[in-house]
Amino acid sequence: MATVAVMVATRKGAWIYRAGSERSDWEVNGPHFLGHIISHLVLDPRDKTTLLAAARTGHLGPTIFRSTDWGYTWQEAAAPPAFAKAPDGETGRAVDHTFWLTPAHGNEPNVWYAGTSPQGLFRSEDGGISWSGLPEINDNAQYREWMGSEKDGTPDGPKLHSIIVDPRDPHHLYFGMSGGGVHESTDGGKTWHVLINGLDVVEGFGFDASNPTFHDPHCLRMCPGNPDRLYQQNHCGIYRIDRPSDTWIRIGRNMPKEVGDIGFTMTVHPRDERTAWVFPMDGTEVWPRTSPGGRPAVFATHDAGETWRRMDAGMPKEQAWWTLKRQAMCCDSLDQVGLYFGTTSGELWMSRDEGRNWECIVRHLPEIYAVEAIVI
Amino acid sequence: MKVWIPSALQSYTQSSRVEATGSTLDEVLHDLDRQYPGIRFRIIDEQQQVRRHMRIYISGLSANNISQEVRTDEEVVIIQALSGG
Repeated sequence: MATVAVMVATRKGAWIYRAGSERSDWEVNGPHFLGHIISHLVLDPRDKTTLLAAARTGHLGPTIFRSTDWGYTWQEAAAPPAFAKAPDGETGRAVDHTFWLTPAHGNEPNVWYAGTSPQGLFRSEDGGISWSGLPEINDNAQYREWMGSEKDGTPDGPKLHSIIVDPRDPHHLYFGMSGGGVHESTDGGKTWHVLINGLDVVEGFGFDASNPTFHDPHCLRMCPGNPDRLYQQNHCGIYRIDRPSDTWIRIGRNMPKEVGDIGFTMTVHPRDERTAWVFPMDGTEVWPRTSPGGRPAVFATHDAGETWRRMDAGMPKEQAWWTLKRQAMCCDSLDQVGLYFGTTSGELWMSRDEGRNWECIVRHLPEIYAVEAIVI
Repeated sequence: MKVWIPSALQSYTQSSRVEATGSTLDEVLHDLDRQYPGIRFRIIDEQQQVRRHMRIYISGLSANNISQEVRTDEEVVIIQALSGG
């Protein structure tokens, strides 16, 4: 019988929940790294054994831990992601935290990518023990300009995120930067080009939409069932792109007007490229970043964004002001697909029927930063 | 010399007080890292700056940079600043 594992990373540690394929009796494993800020906890889908955790504390510098026994023991990276030392007299950058972890292609065992805050892209070829920066991103003057300063990013620091590896080609990569736009490489990261056509920028300030620095993709997802299709939850709406087109289409315009199409996270169906789920938040005026109107809901599309349907059965109907961060919603690959999200108020919710019904399965965790699910 | 280790870093040393050698603070921190791999990067960033919430004292005086000299009869104290939430 299949086992489903859900990795939950929080502001104060990490937890792992496991259940059989009925997904009803969850066994808790944790806390791990209690008191540490865990930005991402990922199980390698290639060996279904290696766990990597991106960690720091409020006081100590960032590092990455690795486990091959479900967290019973952890090994710290010998060389965590770190920027190059700046020449004397120049101000260099220091990694504040590793934010995103992505296992590479199935043909590249032990290769991982990491995205950091401030924005940096790193690669490990030894299963997360040592990391090297990709200079075409980290040390490129044009990219540094697009990244902006720390004042141009999200409140807890600008981030490189959503590192995606094409399952058909290990050299075909995407990532997003908040801020700094969407970028693509077809040569394994040696060269990159910008992929921002069709994306809106914040209106009313005269921002040039052709300049990546004004773009803030929050979350990119590639459809496993059709790797030519990507979805994106952006600071300025929900989008879809069908490669080889280089232009994003704003499918969020079809969301209910009273809800809007602003949010941080989204996830896509493991087989059906027409189906995706988003979790809108209040992006009006001062950007409360709460569920709109205090009524949280997932919205699903089953026609690639032509129409959206509210799916909130089981969720609070009023006065619930939590929301989800950009790594905090995911799905498993069972039939029917299980959906999972972790809230800023420390609750883990799931649906066993692709979003039609929801249940809170864990309460009282710290603020949840990331949720990942995998079928073993 | 004696080096005092804050609680957040004792997962590396298993002790609040350890011995390390070096004629500068930088050398002492490298010696600590040789004994306890990984500990230095959690105190000092890649630009060789003491991290924002860390403080280092040499014989009771705040160390301004890691090139500062230390004598074998001095004590190095590493602490976490009181911050966070």
